[in-house]
Amino acid sequence: MPNKFPLWKNVMILLVVVFGFVYAAPNLYPPDPAIQLSGQSGAMTIDAAVLEKVEQSLDEAGIEYFDGVANGDSLLVRLRKPDLQLRAKEVIQAEMGGDYIVALNLAPTTPKWLSDIGGMPMKLGLDLSGGVHFLLEVDLGSALKTRLEGDLEDVKSTLREARIRYRSFELKGDQLVGQFRDAEQGDRAKTLIRTTYSDLQPVSEPGQNPLILTLRISELAAREIEDNAIKQNLTSLRNRVNELGVSEPLVSRQGKNRIVVELPGVQDTAEAKRIIGKTANLEFRLAALDNIGEVFDFRDPASQGPDARLENNAVITGENVTDARASFDENGRPQVNITLDAQGGWQMGHATRDNIGRRLGVLFIEYKTKLEKSIDDSGAVVLTPVPFVEKNIISLATIQAQLGKQFRITGLEQRESSELALLLRAGALAAPMYIVEERTIGPSLGADNIELGVKSVTVGMGLVLLFMVMFYRAFGLFANVALVMNLILLIAFMSLLGATLTLPGIAGIVLTVGMAVDANVLIFARIREELVAGVSPQGAISAGYDRAFTSILDANVTTLIVALILFAVGSGPVQGFAVTLSIGISTSMFTAILLTRSLVNMTVGGRKLQTLWI
Amino acid sequence: MSDLKVYNFMGLRKFALAFSILMLVASVGSLSTKGLVFGLDFSGGTQIEVGYEKPADVSVLRQQLVSAGFESPVVVHFGAETDVLIRLQGEPDQTLAERVYSVLQSNGDNIELRRVDFVGPQIGEELREDGGLGMLAALAVVMLYVAVRFQFKFALGAVLALVHDVIITMGFFSVFALEFDLTVLAAVLAVVGYSLNDTIIVFDRIRENFRKIRKAEPVDVINESMSQTLWRTINTSFTTMLVLLALFFLGGELIHNFSVALIVGIGVGTYSSIYVASTLLLALNIQREDILEPVEGELVDDLP
Repeated sequence: MPNKFPLWKNVMILLVVVFGFVYAAPNLYPPDPAIQLSGQSGAMTIDAAVLEKVEQSLDEAGIEYFDGVANGDSLLVRLRKPDLQLRAKEVIQAEMGGDYIVALNLAPTTPKWLSDIGGMPMKLGLDLSGGVHFLLEVDLGSALKTRLEGDLEDVKSTLREARIRYRSFELKGDQLVGQFRDAEQGDRAKTLIRTTYSDLQPVSEPGQNPLILTLRISELAAREIEDNAIKQNLTSLRNRVNELGVSEPLVSRQGKNRIVVELPGVQDTAEAKRIIGKTANLEFRLAALDNIGEVFDFRDPASQGPDARLENNAVITGENVTDARASFDENGRPQVNITLDAQGGWQMGHATRDNIGRRLGVLFIEYKTKLEKSIDDSGAVVLTPVPFVEKNIISLATIQAQLGKQFRITGLEQRESSELALLLRAGALAAPMYIVEERTIGPSLGADNIELGVKSVTVGMGLVLLFMVMFYRAFGLFANVALVMNLILLIAFMSLLGATLTLPGIAGIVLTVGMAVDANVLIFARIREELVAGVSPQGAISAGYDRAFTSILDANVTTLIVALILFAVGSGPVQGFAVTLSIGISTSMFTAILLTRSLVNMTVGGRKLQTLWI
Repeated sequence: MSDLKVYNFMGLRKFALAFSILMLVASVGSLSTKGLVFGLDFSGGTQIEVGYEKPADVSVLRQQLVSAGFESPVVVHFGAETDVLIRLQGEPDQTLAERVYSVLQSNGDNIELRRVDFVGPQIGEELREDGGLGMLAALAVVMLYVAVRFQFKFALGAVLALVHDVIITMGFFSVFALEFDLTVLAAVLAVVGYSLNDTIIVFDRIRENFRKIRKAEPVDVINESMSQTLWRTINTSFTTMLVLLALFFLGGELIHNFSVALIVGIGVGTYSSIYVASTLLLALNIQREDILEPVEGELVDDLP
């Protein structure tokens, strides 16, 4: 029978339509303004008692709230009005004091049945939600230099131990250059270094002075150092950003040596920059023998108890750690392999030689600020940021043998070992970073952008819908259904894929709306042509759809290619444009071809028609 | 409905050629002498958007910033009388924005910091490079696809038409000294996609007609194809223009130039897919034989 879809095809189309409606639905529920409260350290429990205190302070200030939930680590209180958010934050911060991080948040109001099946609203880009975007560049050259400086000391002491005499050994650019009194000493040094240091390669050039030995770090080792420097910086940045109490921060690597930090909702760039530039350090200290020393809490109290007493003096500090990585020992148990520089190795050996059986602690030192509450002359509560140092034990292990330049810490869980390795590296050399790009968007500008975007989509779409009905009558209606459905599917896919909506992204949606009718225009023009050529209405419909298909496919595939390239070369907002454009093109193929065909088939398919209302 | 009228598009191709060459020469001339006014994304620097409650006098603000020691600040209204955009060029440092803000605040005006953009100089350079590379990559991949799906002459015609569109769109930005930033680059690439879309539809019809109409001159085949797709070309461009106008008037200042680039580009693209791409096909001496691939079961009796 002509122009009838088999049942399965109609059912499939219906399923896609239902899918679109369901997954686009979460965007209909505007999020509630909310206040989120978490502890300065992860060890604090935030339970019903804390919630009660928070709610009480809100009650006293006359701020309407609802649905307070505490989950142990943090709590969330929803507010009735968005303009009360800032005041609520002040009230809660004043009540709870500086041990807590109070942050503004937007709590999703997606109904449970929707979130249970993975439904969620679209993420908004910074240009729509407001916030700060930083692009930081990690100075890899300085990471490499630090490593070479350490290597230089190591090489010198190795040569001394082997009683090889050298005139001088120094760092020149990215090379270690040694001068020897005679060629024999130079040769011995070369052989020794080649066997001891796999990362250092002697540079040999024809006609080279035999008294000079030039060492270069191997390509592989250099790349590893750079990679580690970036990873360390990422780790410490993530830890620091968490402190800002931002609801959905993004910290990720971009390209070879850059890190992107996005903090939605943060307005205080100065504060954000200070936190990002903050430093942390490490100390290795022996456990105290008697009551002399300091008591420190464990970073994770669940691991080894609440606290322990350590000696006052550090054996070595984080600056001596050149590398730390998690691995497994012979028996498959997790361990952390630590490498120290020459000086650190010597100090460690010296300190542990006579202390086998004692315990050695790793102390993590963070430089933080907290808000101190005070009452000023007028009786108002003032919060002033006060810097403080926080010291926590991250590991306490028994010394099994004299430790040297390389040693390992065992007796850890796998999760602990990888975390310890990260913290050791993060506390050690973190290459300096510079801000190379910064974008701050105020919250009102974000809200304005959303409003402008929605308005242009609505007006643009309305005009197109009107035009299609005027020009193609009944078939124009079908195309309009397809167009609206295309928008719904586009929103559904963007929400489901977790794609970020930006202002250029909205422009992409607007453009998609304009271009998505193209397929229908093509099909309808073709049907008209066939009718003019004297083909029967049913035949014209069938031929119109069939003949237009290849054109539509070619045209859309090429546009898709361009959109993909746009995504590859673009950054942030432009990528948002590419994403909406490519999803829009893909969904428009479905709605413009299959959906309209199904509608046409259901209404006029299989009937005897004299004319088509097109 | 009457029979399809065949317009003699190709009869006008000499005029079209002259027009295109004129536009190209003007664009290339302006691009090479005046160049593009690069936006912050590409030039690097700092810009700060501040919202005032009352209309603000930009010359007073400029004076104030100069006397506070800022070198040649550019202060302009941005979209509205109450919105001010301050741009500082040269080597930017990271506390610049805060310093500007505090200078402006010292007036006692109630101002709102709406936006701060800081782009380091090397980032701007990289974005310029990536943008250019992206454009070339897009053209290369498109050429390959069209060559595979159609034929080499079509690919050349399509890509040259795209280059034509891109140059004229960028030329427009150069002649009118409009700011060229990342969103405009995105728009130009979208123009590439759109114009290509148009060209492919026309080419598709040309290919089909070459197969269908056995004894006809290439000029006639192209004229007929163009006439057949004319309504579609006009309608699609029209609906796209409708939404672009909505974006232009309602989309706000941030994507103003984006919509300008698209309106110009799609205008030029529509023209080029009718005249430029097809004229190029004729110039490349397109023949029926170029398109006919030996289809299985078909006798290859029409080859000379």
